[in-house]
Amino acid sequence: MSTIVRSIAGIGRRTLEGISRMGYATRFFIAALMRSGTAFRRFGLTIREIYFSGVLSLIIILVSGLFVGMVLALQGYETLQTYGSEEVLGVLVALSLVRELGPVVAALLFASRAGSAITAEIGLMKATEQLAAMEMMAVDPVARVVAPRFWAGVISMPLLAALFSAMGILGGYLVGVVLIGVDEGSFWSQMQAKVDFEEDILNGVIKSVVFGIAVTAIALFEGYDAPPTAEGVSGATTRTVVTSSLAILALDFVLTAFMFRGIS
Amino acid sequence: MNRAMLDLWVGIFVVAGIGALMFLALKVGSMNTVDAKESYQVTALFENIGGLKARAPVKSAGVVVGRVSSISFDDKTYEAEVTFSLDKRYSFPTDTTASILTSGLLGEQYIGLEAGGESVKLKNGDRLKLTQSAVVLENLIGQFLYSKAQEGPQQEGTTNEVQ
Repeated sequence: MSTIVRSIAGIGRRTLEGISRMGYATRFFIAALMRSGTAFRRFGLTIREIYFSGVLSLIIILVSGLFVGMVLALQGYETLQTYGSEEVLGVLVALSLVRELGPVVAALLFASRAGSAITAEIGLMKATEQLAAMEMMAVDPVARVVAPRFWAGVISMPLLAALFSAMGILGGYLVGVVLIGVDEGSFWSQMQAKVDFEEDILNGVIKSVVFGIAVTAIALFEGYDAPPTAEGVSGATTRTVVTSSLAILALDFVLTAFMFRGIS
Repeated sequence: MNRAMLDLWVGIFVVAGIGALMFLALKVGSMNTVDAKESYQVTALFENIGGLKARAPVKSAGVVVGRVSSISFDDKTYEAEVTFSLDKRYSFPTDTTASILTSGLLGEQYIGLEAGGESVKLKNGDRLKLTQSAVVLENLIGQFLYSKAQEGPQQEGTTNEVQ
């Protein structure tokens, strides 16, 4: 009897913990937004963070984009060739990259490359009591540490996604036109005829901005909330990557359902 | 890493990112959608529009001259009313024929315009009188089978007469 009562109490405790953690995360997110003044007044802080999360992610984003585009072209050619419509290869590569793969894969890479670094850094700052020291010096750690990293992530993410898509299309061009020999003119002209600026490219940019907000907010919260031990920081880093990857995929479904509902 | 190098790298990153966006917008996508103020609206009634959709291209001599803006059903004539916007740069006579065509065998459907000989030009809000409906494959097959069935006994009849 007492085991049943205890297990039900356990469910209740975990539910309450989960809700209070969500409330804490929301308050943290709002606090970061409200105290963003410093991130823009002292823009040097944000630029430093753009360097760490954006510029240093460039290599992995560019190389992955190139290879994803090349694989898309190879696989797409194999299938399209059966129907004798190789010339729509450009459309296939461009639409899959601009609408889906560019924002999503770039965000997944960003979460594991930059998000984990943000969590580990802030978690260690907390474990070594640097955040507490800042508060003692009357420096607000949310304004000084959290807000610049948040805005750096939000600015970097769409740029990285655009670079990923552009590199992917170049990769598709390399394999499709240079290697396999699809007609160059129809590759580009079909692409231009079928890819719409507002419906495809702008929606992709909106997606990547949303992913940037989600990934950076999760990474910052996990770091700020991490238990101040070595184990706690490592656990928080893992949670950042897992939670933000799941959030990206779930958000992508919701956004896609809203954006591409009415299109053909 | 000093401040100047940091600024330089972030600058390169931002310029490259915006360059990638420009590449996507200009080279990959088409920004040459017809503007609302640079175009005029023309409507046409079709018996059957087949698979025509809003935003489908309107072509004349193979050149895109406009886009379909809306499709609705007219319950007085029981026909489809298609409104499309044409680029202001191109003017067409009032006896222009609009027909719904298919690019390729399985491609998308578009409106083809064929200019007539009238000297009066189309204005905003005009209605095209000469239209040609989409070819529906099922109807075509039906017609073919029907004419074949009619042909069969007739041919026998003619051979009989000869005999």
